[in-house]
Amino acid sequence: MSDSSLWSIFINASLINNFVLAYFLGICPFLGVSGKIETATKMGAAVTFVMVISAMCAYGINAVLTAINAPFLQLISFIVVIASTVQLVEMFIKKASPALFKALGIFLPLITTNCAVLAVALFQTSKGFGLLQSFVYALGAGAGFTLALVLMAGLREQLEFSETIGIVKGTALVLLVGGILSLSFMGFAGLGG
Amino acid sequence: MSVINQNKSEKGFLSSIADHPSTDEFIKGVWRENPVFVQVLGMCPSLAVSNSAKNALAMGLATAFVLLMSNILISLLRDFIPKQVRIASYILIIATFVTVIDYAMQAISIELHKSLGAFIALIVVNCIILSRAEAFASKNTVGKSILDALGMGIGFTFALLCIGGVREILGSGSFLGFEFMPDSFEKWVIMVLPAGGFFTLAFLLLIFNSFKIKNNRA
Repeated sequence: MSDSSLWSIFINASLINNFVLAYFLGICPFLGVSGKIETATKMGAAVTFVMVISAMCAYGINAVLTAINAPFLQLISFIVVIASTVQLVEMFIKKASPALFKALGIFLPLITTNCAVLAVALFQTSKGFGLLQSFVYALGAGAGFTLALVLMAGLREQLEFSETIGIVKGTALVLLVGGILSLSFMGFAGLGG
Repeated sequence: MSVINQNKSEKGFLSSIADHPSTDEFIKGVWRENPVFVQVLGMCPSLAVSNSAKNALAMGLATAFVLLMSNILISLLRDFIPKQVRIASYILIIATFVTVIDYAMQAISIELHKSLGAFIALIVVNCIILSRAEAFASKNTVGKSILDALGMGIGFTFALLCIGGVREILGSGSFLGFEFMPDSFEKWVIMVLPAGGFFTLAFLLLIFNSFKIKNNRA
């Protein structure tokens, strides 16, 4: 796996094994902030940024931990890196765009507990990716996450105008739509490894 | 853990707890505030590892263990952790216990550990654990936190088992590995695929919703 080309890593992470629709990672923001396309896009960008930064740091941490022979510290150090990156992004957005800060609300600090971010760090370590490969992998995972979020937001914006029965409203409906999206993403399986 | 302190933190819930103080903390996690079906927390693991009842059960128990241990420790330390860094401290405590269960799982069954894959490590970022730490353990006594963790843990395991059971029965025609469906039964392959997870959870939520609507009317 470690010698696969960068392009195939990207396609693999973003489409074939889409983090949201095939691995079920990052479902919470997928259900929570997929109400509007605009918010979804920015949330996707924020998550992608955190993913790339933490993937880079995870690569360095992993090298150090292997050197000092302490693999049991892996999880703890990864989560610390992610938490601090999120804190950084939070401060930046609060300063740069207070409106966006409000729109993302509680889901911004919750990027820390977004499983997709930690999963990128864990997967790239277990796959033995190099620095550049990790970068592309994180970028692909982020792109896939954003794509799923934006697709869902588009569908939900349309659903606003349609009549739905009482018991389907809310999460159940979003999950049904998510299931259909996931089905359609299975079509990408033929793209290759 | 003084009595005064305890009374202060309970004020909001006082009316609901008055009838049955300790059982209520326990029962609410299992049913009324079920983490998956009612609070819609911890979706990622409940969808990802619920393709068979066995995986779902293992995942549920592992999560319940982490939940219990972290709830105990956090409620013990609740007076010592500064407010500003509490989330970071909670995450560190949780990550420690997850590392413990990760290694324990490897020792118990390497096969199970493989089939759950990265999702054991991902218990760290399970929203249920952090939300219980923040919403309950940081404000309540150890005894209550234990009951709360047990209730939530069992509720989570129960929900996972529901999803896993439905997916395994329909998708592989078996339950906990025992094949009981007749050979003529056409397996619903889609159920063990990711899409099946979404559909199963959606339908279970529909059932829960219809219960809720009925209760509201009554």
